[in-house]
Amino acid sequence: MFTRRKLLTALTLATAVGLAASGCSAASPQAPSAAPGSVDLRMTVWTSNKDHLALLDSIAKSYKASRPAIKSITFDSLPFADYNSTLTTQIAGGNSPDLVWMGDLSKDLISAKALVPLTDRLKATPEWGYDDLLESVTAEFSADGQLFAYPFSNSPFALYVNKDLLDRAGQKLEPAGLTWDRVSAIGAAVHSATGKAGFVVRDFDYSSWNMLATVWTGWGASAWSADGKTCTFDSPQMTDAMRFLHDAAFVNKSTPGPGTKADFFAGDAAFTIAQVSRASLLDGSFAFDVLPLPKGPAGAYSVIGQAGVGVLASSRHVEEATNFLAYLTNPENARLLAQYFPPPRASLLTGDKLAENNKKLSAAQLQSVVVDQVRGAVTLPNHKNPAEIAKKGKVALDALWTEKADVPAVLGSVCAALDPVLAK
Amino acid sequence: MNTSLLAAGEAAHDASPAAGPPPRQRPARTRRGDALVGYLFIAPQLLGVLAFVIVPVALAAYYSVSEWNIFTGQLTFVGGDNYAELFQDPQLPSVLGATAIFLLGVVVLNITLGLLLAVLLNRRFRGSVLFRTLFFSPVVVSVVAWTLVWGFLLQGNGGVNGLLSLVGVDGPNWLQQGGTAMASVIVTQVIRSVGVNMVLFLSALQGVPPELREAARVDGASNRTIFLRITLPLISPTLLLTAIITVVGALQAFAQVAVLTEGGPGLSTTVLVYYVFQQAFEFNDIGYGSTLALMLLTFVLVLTLIQWQLRRKWVFYEA
Repeated sequence: MFTRRKLLTALTLATAVGLAASGCSAASPQAPSAAPGSVDLRMTVWTSNKDHLALLDSIAKSYKASRPAIKSITFDSLPFADYNSTLTTQIAGGNSPDLVWMGDLSKDLISAKALVPLTDRLKATPEWGYDDLLESVTAEFSADGQLFAYPFSNSPFALYVNKDLLDRAGQKLEPAGLTWDRVSAIGAAVHSATGKAGFVVRDFDYSSWNMLATVWTGWGASAWSADGKTCTFDSPQMTDAMRFLHDAAFVNKSTPGPGTKADFFAGDAAFTIAQVSRASLLDGSFAFDVLPLPKGPAGAYSVIGQAGVGVLASSRHVEEATNFLAYLTNPENARLLAQYFPPPRASLLTGDKLAENNKKLSAAQLQSVVVDQVRGAVTLPNHKNPAEIAKKGKVALDALWTEKADVPAVLGSVCAALDPVLAK
Repeated sequence: MNTSLLAAGEAAHDASPAAGPPPRQRPARTRRGDALVGYLFIAPQLLGVLAFVIVPVALAAYYSVSEWNIFTGQLTFVGGDNYAELFQDPQLPSVLGATAIFLLGVVVLNITLGLLLAVLLNRRFRGSVLFRTLFFSPVVVSVVAWTLVWGFLLQGNGGVNGLLSLVGVDGPNWLQQGGTAMASVIVTQVIRSVGVNMVLFLSALQGVPPELREAARVDGASNRTIFLRITLPLISPTLLLTAIITVVGALQAFAQVAVLTEGGPGLSTTVLVYYVFQQAFEFNDIGYGSTLALMLLTFVLVLTLIQWQLRRKWVFYEA
């Protein structure tokens, strides 16, 4: 009995020491003088694009060449659809990566203090040029005056136009002063004349309602108050915006109804709202144009989708990971990354510079739909508990997508569902 | 208890007047060796059950009384809070309602259709093997691939409505309305899995001695009476097996919902197992997700136990 008790005590102590050791290694940054070849860094990304990964690998290779402590830097490509749940499962399972790409998980990570603050390190890095970052794109990844993730991608949403379909339907589009009402009217005419869809909010699919911010912002609406604590789905502006979308789907049929798929890039729709980076899907099978978002009743506006890269506090190599992040995002590498991701640096945000590496869009188009939009843009709705907010909002909003929906009543139910989550 | 029963059995055997010479007692070392070999044989299965059933269930019980901040790894004891949330969760009644409808729909359709197909295909006719293969083939198709294809077919402008329009019917938007969405999930699940029940019933039907049916026919029984009074009682053990398998399978159906409807519209197709996934892995509420998972486990156990107990009433010739 005594022996058994001793054994149990020893096991408990060993476990406690092991846990303490792992906790210490997670909490305290590793000394810069790590032994040669002793550091393996892993970064989770959601891209599986060969060119993206090749670029990241080449930057990692050049970093490793001057850092003997780094044994390997791997880019772990996780499927986009399950990115957040896979990443959180890895973190929960103790298999935390060192660096992460993040989208709508950023607020959760920041509020849980799971990210390493970057501002001091980046400012202290010679020639990094912290002041070159646009404030409009760093706000989403900042808290208490600290930047927690470098916003490497700031892709504005734009209106893509299938000019061939408009011609077939005998429709003329005047880009200057284009409004949502006009887009809807042309879309309905195209649908009526060709059977193809009018306008499609890409990736919405009557499910990902946050994509509708690309429309409702034109009405001056937002999902919740600026402090993120009160749902504003039941505001008059949102009611008007949603009524516009409801009518588009069920009255004048200018957008496909629920359960009907139409891919603009396959030539199935006259217009689509999608990020500028989606231009890579254009295959030349039809004549196209790309324009800033149409004006709504509240005037002109722009919306961006953002992605950031940060260092997890649970990394075993916080110091090395932060150093690598500083290198990955320095002015030279930021210029390389800008080939694929609209950059957060003012110095790189000119139509000509972006056009150097963009084979689909001209400098004038890039100036108009990227450079002129990023500075004053709002970001897609982002909040703590993004998945719960998305799901509960969808469950309530589903009632809107029926022909005889009571728009104000449905939007009221959305707020009833969201308010408790926003208050958490 | 087993030992005493064995001992009693041995005693009865010894007392029998017809008993021969008492069997030679095997040496204790050999018996221990046999036991060891037995344990070695079951070890892989036991390890699997331990690692993938017993330990996870124990962990789920532990997590159900905890709140786990997965970003920081902090686990806080919260007592019965997650269990109290079961009674305060405004969505749970709808989820349980959807689960009951799905369960009932799948079990009734699957067993009825499986039995019907088995009875029809139990006869020898040209093409019977082909039909058996056709009805069984969806079972071997990946459930995700199967559901994805049905997702395309059931779109508003999909293949199903295309076929209906050929006969002048304007089909509904199957996956976007509560009633038709649930019906779609049930039917796609049944079409995919009915083959298993069909094969089990076919095997059971072929085990029914033909002379019993023949005798009943000679006595003037109709086909209906023969089926209800002879065939059905004789295949009742298989009926019990398929009922248990189908109930458990229906309560585990996840991919069909996740791929086809994501639980919508509203909560109309959010079954319990999908809700568990949402809470634990999408909302990162591992504590409440674990509590729901334990509730699901309890449902499965209770339903299986009820069926097992009811077997005495309707299962004949139990082996």
